[in-house]
Amino acid sequence: MISKILPFHKKLKFIHGLFLVIIALTLLPFVIEESFGRSWLRIFDYTLIYVLLALGLNIVVGFAGLLDLGYIAFFAVGAYSWAILASPQFDIHLSFLVILPISFFIAGFFGVLLGAPTLRLRGDYLAIVTLGFGEIIRIFLNNLDHPVNVTNGPVGINMIDPVMIGTFSFNNKIVIFGIQLTNLHFYYYLLVICVILVIIICQRLENSSIGRAWVAIREDEVAAEAMGINTRNVKLLAFAMGASFGGVSGAIFSSFQGFVSPESFILIESIMVLCMVVLGGMGHIYGVVLGAFILVILPEIIRSVAAPIQESIFGVVLIDPESLRMILFGLALILVMLYRPTGLWNKKNV
Amino acid sequence: MDIFFQQIINGLVIGSVYALVALGYTMVYGILGIINFAHGEVVMIGAMIALSIILFLFQFDIPIYLSLALVFFGAIIFCSLLAFCIEKVAYKPLRNAPRLAPLITAIGVSILLQNIAMLIWGRQYYSFPQIFNNDTYQIFGIANITTIQIIIILISLVTMFFLFYFINKTQYGMAMRATSEDKNAAKLMGIEINNVISITFIVGASLAAVAGILIAANYGIAHYSMGFMLGLKAFTAAVLGGIGNIVGAVIGGLLLGLIESLGAGYIEKLTFGFMGSNYQDVIAFLVLVLVLVIKPNGLVGEKSSTKV
Amino acid sequence: MKTNCKNNLFFFLCLVSSFFIASCDSNNSQFDSEGRKIVYIGHAGPLTGPIAHLGKDNENGVKLAIQEANDKNISLDGETIVFKVVSVDDEGKESKTTLVAQKLVDSEVSGVIGHLNSGTTIPASKIYHDEGIPQISPSATNVNYTNQGFPGAFRVMANDKQQGSALANFAINDINASKIAVIDDRTAYGKGLADIFEDTVQSLGGIISTREFTDVTKSDFTAILTKIKGLNVDLIFYAGMDVQGGPMLKQLDNLGLNVNFLTGDGCQTLQFIELAGKSSQGVYASSPGVPLDKMPGGIAFNLKYEQTFNQSIQIYGPYAYDATNTLIDAMIKANSYLPEKYLPFLKNIQFKGVTGDISFDAKGDINRGSISMYQVKNSKWEYLKTLGDN
Repeated sequence: MISKILPFHKKLKFIHGLFLVIIALTLLPFVIEESFGRSWLRIFDYTLIYVLLALGLNIVVGFAGLLDLGYIAFFAVGAYSWAILASPQFDIHLSFLVILPISFFIAGFFGVLLGAPTLRLRGDYLAIVTLGFGEIIRIFLNNLDHPVNVTNGPVGINMIDPVMIGTFSFNNKIVIFGIQLTNLHFYYYLLVICVILVIIICQRLENSSIGRAWVAIREDEVAAEAMGINTRNVKLLAFAMGASFGGVSGAIFSSFQGFVSPESFILIESIMVLCMVVLGGMGHIYGVVLGAFILVILPEIIRSVAAPIQESIFGVVLIDPESLRMILFGLALILVMLYRPTGLWNKKNV
Repeated sequence: MDIFFQQIINGLVIGSVYALVALGYTMVYGILGIINFAHGEVVMIGAMIALSIILFLFQFDIPIYLSLALVFFGAIIFCSLLAFCIEKVAYKPLRNAPRLAPLITAIGVSILLQNIAMLIWGRQYYSFPQIFNNDTYQIFGIANITTIQIIIILISLVTMFFLFYFINKTQYGMAMRATSEDKNAAKLMGIEINNVISITFIVGASLAAVAGILIAANYGIAHYSMGFMLGLKAFTAAVLGGIGNIVGAVIGGLLLGLIESLGAGYIEKLTFGFMGSNYQDVIAFLVLVLVLVIKPNGLVGEKSSTKV
Repeated sequence: MKTNCKNNLFFFLCLVSSFFIASCDSNNSQFDSEGRKIVYIGHAGPLTGPIAHLGKDNENGVKLAIQEANDKNISLDGETIVFKVVSVDDEGKESKTTLVAQKLVDSEVSGVIGHLNSGTTIPASKIYHDEGIPQISPSATNVNYTNQGFPGAFRVMANDKQQGSALANFAINDINASKIAVIDDRTAYGKGLADIFEDTVQSLGGIISTREFTDVTKSDFTAILTKIKGLNVDLIFYAGMDVQGGPMLKQLDNLGLNVNFLTGDGCQTLQFIELAGKSSQGVYASSPGVPLDKMPGGIAFNLKYEQTFNQSIQIYGPYAYDATNTLIDAMIKANSYLPEKYLPFLKNIQFKGVTGDISFDAKGDINRGSISMYQVKNSKWEYLKTLGDN
């Protein structure tokens, strides 16, 4: 009797909660815009892009325990796939439904390409090779304008097509019930949908046999192999999946910004995403999302308040916002690792 | 042929710089198993402290040898203290933490150091003053090398021999090797591992300070961001040679320098004009990947046995 | 568990309160205390980062122009106007530039003076274009900025096409070089300038012996310089910034390479001479525009600038000043601060600025694109001549 009622009760609660969350997410961009200004909505959109990146890297570093210091390369590959296939560069203008899967698979392919030579490498050797790979990709992107102009070199590719649904472009502005909707809103919804999808996929993966194989490799690779796990394939799959999500994130970033250049894909970005994963809670999906939010939004907050606060207290700006931001960031990394080495929000933390 | 020989000399100079910095990385990794990302920034601090000391001493009339001594000792002492503090505050509490935690801390320390240096010394690129005459000599009449470059190569080789002797032939060196192999067993044997670890950091930092001064003097320039890329390249060199191995660090460094130099000089010929010197870094990393695929523990690294 | 909950709560409180602090970003008001209508003019540039001193210089130029305009008590469309600057920091980074551009748009500026670098100006220009806000860059030189076809994008400085071809002409005709090695630093600026230089040299009959590359993280150029040494060139052309050009000269000397060295505006600075030391002797460099004392209003402007800000002009300050005044002049001529009203007047403007006459071609580039050549003599930049008034 009880077993019949409880599940139904839980289901109702679940649907109720889900409904509330959907309403909240739908209204959120308008709340942000009204309370803080449109630039904060733009920042929020960038945050969602980084959330996708963090989720992807979480598969490689968090689930499978493979230290990847060159993850931004897959972001770059995805971004440039969109840029090349939907811009004046070659005058190809494919639709986003076509390019998103393409960037997914191209990035995945590069993930396998990176993973293949590293299968025998121990953790820290792996770090250097992945770092090198990230740099190699960036250097190629910066120089492939000669002899054939593929990427337009350091100047980057401009006037990239936005996402188009039919004839409706995300860059259009429309007014509904007196509220203006811009590309910031449209990309927000696209990104939220992607984030939710990716989270669901990650959760499914985590609880599948592949996810358990990843955990096995992370904890003890020799034992995993002894248990009959094909470590080679499982590792490659981790790289491929992680890379694919990075690629999708890159494609959306490219169309959102309308412009890509190799400068957006430097080593520091890889390190940033790694920090988001480890700081947030390595291996824990929601922790990683939190990590991404903190590391993107807090610096922006500091950037806007650092100068005014200092001026009101001291009368003059002692430490400029950029330095203050980075100093606090460095301190945050050290302090969080000292007091919560598994991350801010991790299941192992009690 | 002259050009080829000059490129070799160029490569040896760059390589010796990498070697000096790589030694610091490899020693810390050997003892603690962590990648001390902050090491590159310690090199930078060494150079900036030296710059400040020189600029300060310029006001007085001091004989060259005395000012040189003051500059070197000042930088070494400051960097050693800095490394000692970093180890005690940021790395010691994490000795038993999950593997990635000290790495993130190291990144945090690196960012902190770089930005504090930016606050203290500003963002400009300083011209590093010349304290003594930097003459150019001709080797066999065909290649040029300057005094400072000769000093760099000599110091890195001397340091390698000295460290090798120290670690492998002295009792304290034995303590270091024991600590790096198994900290707990070493403790049981009566070795003060905290002291051993601190000494390792101090030696590494002293090398970093010396490297910083020599680099700044060689290129005539010092600035707050000079440590980052250098640290990465040196770490690559250490891995190439086999991380944890003293000789490996130097071999890796020299090899990386040579690859970079010869690569930049000859890549266009080798690829029939398809790739130019814009791909010089790509070559270095490709060689690294190749070496690691064949020898996963680096050139001179020992084969680590996998327990069954 | 309790501590965990407490920690989480504390953390979320911090986050929420910081959001509230953030929302304390002062909302821009429409009228000032005296009832005058406030017209906001945006300035974007690197106020932090390695070239912060240049960004600040631009900001000063804008501020000076605004101050003078306000002293004139201008009236537009029946309202008394007071101008105010909204200044944002793009850190010279392409990853930050769209964020700060959005901030300017949100602040409802009527026009933008910025950005400084080409790499930051180009992506931001799309945002200003989408909102219909006219933009004048005082110093971005990459041709792609005006090639985008945005009707509201202008610049008051000669672009890389003009500078690159002037340099090539100088190399062939004045230095009489025939075999030239080109080095660029693989940035949008360096590559752009070097490409145009190379093409023009080849069209003038010169030979490019080799094209080498470096990048902004490097300080050792011995490998490529040694390679060049083996090629017997009469001139090396370097397209990049002073912080690498300086050490490059030193290494040139150490290698015993005795050839002429030509470079662009990225190295035409005092810092270059400081970093290169004695090796800087004889180096040629170009700079868009004319030296301050040759500008029509240059000396007077210099005096005013130094009195107001207690520091000397870096490079582009006069251009930012002129850009702002051009914008205001267009507003006066249109009798409106609304972009859609004054833009047509801006397109056809004929303004006499301190840097010279300002008028724009169909793309938005400045019509008189002069380039001046300098040479280092005894650790000082000496003016040689001015080229290319197209």
